[in-house]
Amino acid sequence: METAKAADSSTDQKKGTVIAPAAVPVITIEHLYMRFGPNIVLQGFNLTVYKEENVVVLGKSGAWKSVLIKCVMGLLKPDKGSINVLGDDVTMLNDDDLIKVRSKVGFLFQVNALYDSMTVRENLEFPLRRHWIDLLQIEVDAMVKEALANVALEHTAEMMPSELSGGMLKRIALARTLILKPEIILYDEPTTGLDPVTAREIDQLILQLQKKYQTSSIIISHDMNCVKNIADRVILLLEGKCYADGTYDELAHATDQKIKQFFE
Amino acid sequence: MSLKTDTTDFLEQTGKISRFTGHFFSHGIKPRFEIKELLSQCYLIGYKSFPLVGLTGFIMGLVLTMQLRPSLVSYGVQSKLPVMVGIAIVREIGPVITALIFAGKIGSSIGAELGSMKVTEQIDAMEVSGTNPFKYLVATRVVATTFMLPILTLLSDAISLFGAYIGVNISSVTSLRFFFAQVFQSLTYSDIIPAVIKTLFFGFAVGLIGCYKGFNSTKGTQGVGNSANSAVVLSKKWKRQRQLIVQLIKRKEQ
Repeated sequence: METAKAADSSTDQKKGTVIAPAAVPVITIEHLYMRFGPNIVLQGFNLTVYKEENVVVLGKSGAWKSVLIKCVMGLLKPDKGSINVLGDDVTMLNDDDLIKVRSKVGFLFQVNALYDSMTVRENLEFPLRRHWIDLLQIEVDAMVKEALANVALEHTAEMMPSELSGGMLKRIALARTLILKPEIILYDEPTTGLDPVTAREIDQLILQLQKKYQTSSIIISHDMNCVKNIADRVILLLEGKCYADGTYDELAHATDQKIKQFFE
Repeated sequence: MSLKTDTTDFLEQTGKISRFTGHFFSHGIKPRFEIKELLSQCYLIGYKSFPLVGLTGFIMGLVLTMQLRPSLVSYGVQSKLPVMVGIAIVREIGPVITALIFAGKIGSSIGAELGSMKVTEQIDAMEVSGTNPFKYLVATRVVATTFMLPILTLLSDAISLFGAYIGVNISSVTSLRFFFAQVFQSLTYSDIIPAVIKTLFFGFAVGLIGCYKGFNSTKGTQGVGNSANSAVVLSKKWKRQRQLIVQLIKRKEQ
């Protein structure tokens, strides 16, 4: 119900749906072009993500979906086009300004990317200490505690990442992403490699934390359960372009064969 | 065709390493400095390498003395053994062997560590966390290797000389004081200082190449393995080339 409502307020104009006045764009990607050697990764990709909206970018494996969110985070520089994140064009920012934008954007990596030489606590403290230098230890401790409580893993604070299971690692990575209380979160295949039960738990956790912190998200995925559970809006990335844009139900009932193959 | 490819690869690699070095000087050694990580790396690179370097130094001094002694005895100049061993160790053998061990141990570990961080996206995660990974990972390691290798070399030289003293005492009796007095009488600052300065460059090259290989590691475990391996091979190649150039310059000066 809620999903449908959110999607209504933000569905692309191409589909003929009117954007509600309350919908504030937080990410605007315009005419994005990128290539790696002979591979054309993105060719004129456009996307707008609105406040508190979950947009899932769907595509085949190897469709360079992750490249898109890495460009949004400023980890990769596109050849052409603009990416406006919370009012700043990240393609034009210098390193210092990019750090400021990154403090408002979280990124959940596909392989979790927890620092394996650090304990869970140190992993969570790392972004805090980097972005908010003046924090007192007592404040840091409280934030780490809250982050671990959010993912129900308080007992793992002193453990090393190598001692945790795949699902626990994903939760800790999510806790690390959320510890700075970002306005936007970019998820790179959050449920890949997890069993269906754990994947569902992660989906629920993402939704629950999104409600709690009122974040907007871009989720890269080809796990259709995850798409169905999380998406307010689904974007189909094909041949470097936004091939389709709509709610899960709209795309699930599409007659276009290229769209249909994802939902069969 | 193969020569053309080899030349192109060599030039490409040289260009990339030069750019990496340029980036180190233009971005790596600017404030804010990562002092805590630098100290941690000095501990890991310097202190943790000491047992291996020390043991090798001891064996080197002992064996060198035992192998040289019969030849010197045959010429009746065995009394010159401390002088000969001292000069050989301090001028060349100490720095070279320590640098080779250092390249093998530290170059490969830096290459493997950064390579695995790269393929598991930990370097990207660091960037996302508001940290410049070049400063945090590369600058700290390169500075640590640059300053730790000379210190390790001096310690290794000292242990090597002690090993030489034990070697001398296996077949004759010499006091520790007399042995070291003879060694230091024959050594001048021009023997010690250039050797130490040389290791500064070796240390820099080991750290830089290890980091370069790790940072440019390709995806997968094989890529990490290759980074570790090629970091050592390239460091040793560089070291040998530098050594050769230094020797050629010295010979020309003489």
